[in-house]
Amino acid sequence: MMNDMKQIKHHLTEPLLIGYAAGTLPEAFNLVVATHITMCDTCRAALAEYEAVGGEVMLESNPVDVAEDALAATLAMIDGGALQQKPAPVRARDSVFPGPLQDYVSGDIDSLKWRKVGGGVSQLVLDTDGDASVRLLRIPAGTAVPDHGHRGTELTLVLQGAFTDEEDRFGAGDVEVANEDLHHTPVAEEGMDCICLAATDAPLRFNGLMPRIAQKFIGI
Amino acid sequence: MLTETNTLTKADALPPVVTYGEANALPLRKVRKKQVTPEATAKRMAWVVQVYAVRDSKDRKAFAELFGYFAPRVKSFLMKSGASPDLAEECTQEVMATLWNKAHQFDPTKASVSTWIFTIARNRKIDILRKQRRPEPEDLPWGPEAEPDQAEAIGLQQETEQLGQALATLPEEQRKLIERAYFGELSHSQIAAETGLPLGTIKSRIRLALDRLRHAMK
Repeated sequence: MMNDMKQIKHHLTEPLLIGYAAGTLPEAFNLVVATHITMCDTCRAALAEYEAVGGEVMLESNPVDVAEDALAATLAMIDGGALQQKPAPVRARDSVFPGPLQDYVSGDIDSLKWRKVGGGVSQLVLDTDGDASVRLLRIPAGTAVPDHGHRGTELTLVLQGAFTDEEDRFGAGDVEVANEDLHHTPVAEEGMDCICLAATDAPLRFNGLMPRIAQKFIGI
Repeated sequence: MLTETNTLTKADALPPVVTYGEANALPLRKVRKKQVTPEATAKRMAWVVQVYAVRDSKDRKAFAELFGYFAPRVKSFLMKSGASPDLAEECTQEVMATLWNKAHQFDPTKASVSTWIFTIARNRKIDILRKQRRPEPEDLPWGPEAEPDQAEAIGLQQETEQLGQALATLPEEQRKLIERAYFGELSHSQIAAETGLPLGTIKSRIRLALDRLRHAMK
């Protein structure tokens, strides 16, 4: 694990941690949260805390009677060997894709079926259910992603390399949480391609006519 | 004038915007912590012992005790999260059976019993109600586990009790806000505002444990 070599400066926000703890986020966001936490001890500890709050909320809620035979039915389920655990998935340790992401991506960076989205940037949309979507972005070193704004929330987690936008510099492990008030032009740093995991719960809004037309075709 | 009207109509037609950013999040107020009574500590530690009894000797009496207390609360959580009574019942039984099957994974220095059962219920909720894949952070390679440190286990159970007491004594409005966030009725950053829960202690305890682990592995 390379966790302790990384200096993570940009963390998950409280609403995201609570949403993950409560199980209310769309799958695409859960994937970004789980991937960041795999890389970030600070957020791992913070999540444990919000799960503790969830446990106490559950204790405080008015108990609802279970079926009369519920205990017997549960013991029968246990005796029947139902709900045995699945074996843990086999995961590569040295991959640029942290564990949770490996369940969604098969292969390494160069073997994936990237699709060009213009300006040298490529993407790979991952398969998730629900109202949000998530993609891998590959931004060649020194290249800019077209200026865009958001209607909902966009989470961008850096897996490799770094980018800089109007807000700050984001390196490996950093996550940028952008809401509708942010218009930004991320530029990948020189030296190495920047690989990001990006989730949105609404289409991005690109400024300028060409990107908007392109958007229709590339589906972002 | 006409343009303005159009703008308004357009804005109204947009779906409600959900934000997860920090813009609206207010800092949590610090709350003076109350002492945890020996009775409350004993109650929390009794749950730990019951989980151990299930783990070590498949103790059905201990399981029945846990079931009697937690199953109605798990069911309540699931119904408030949108499950029908029948589905919540089925799901609750599966949560409790999972507790039995996973008892060997429980570590009282990392979570209290209430927290642990909550996460099992949360996971089952996503599996059954939402039928979605559930990405989880990769477990840390904790390595061969020594018997968890008793003092640390008690410390964490007490801090969780403090959290529960603080939650129970919050002003009604704030408590409802937090509940709604956990039941999924509030997908908004309002939750973060002014709740004043004694957050920070459990986080720093777990952070310390992680630091120690990293250090040990170097």
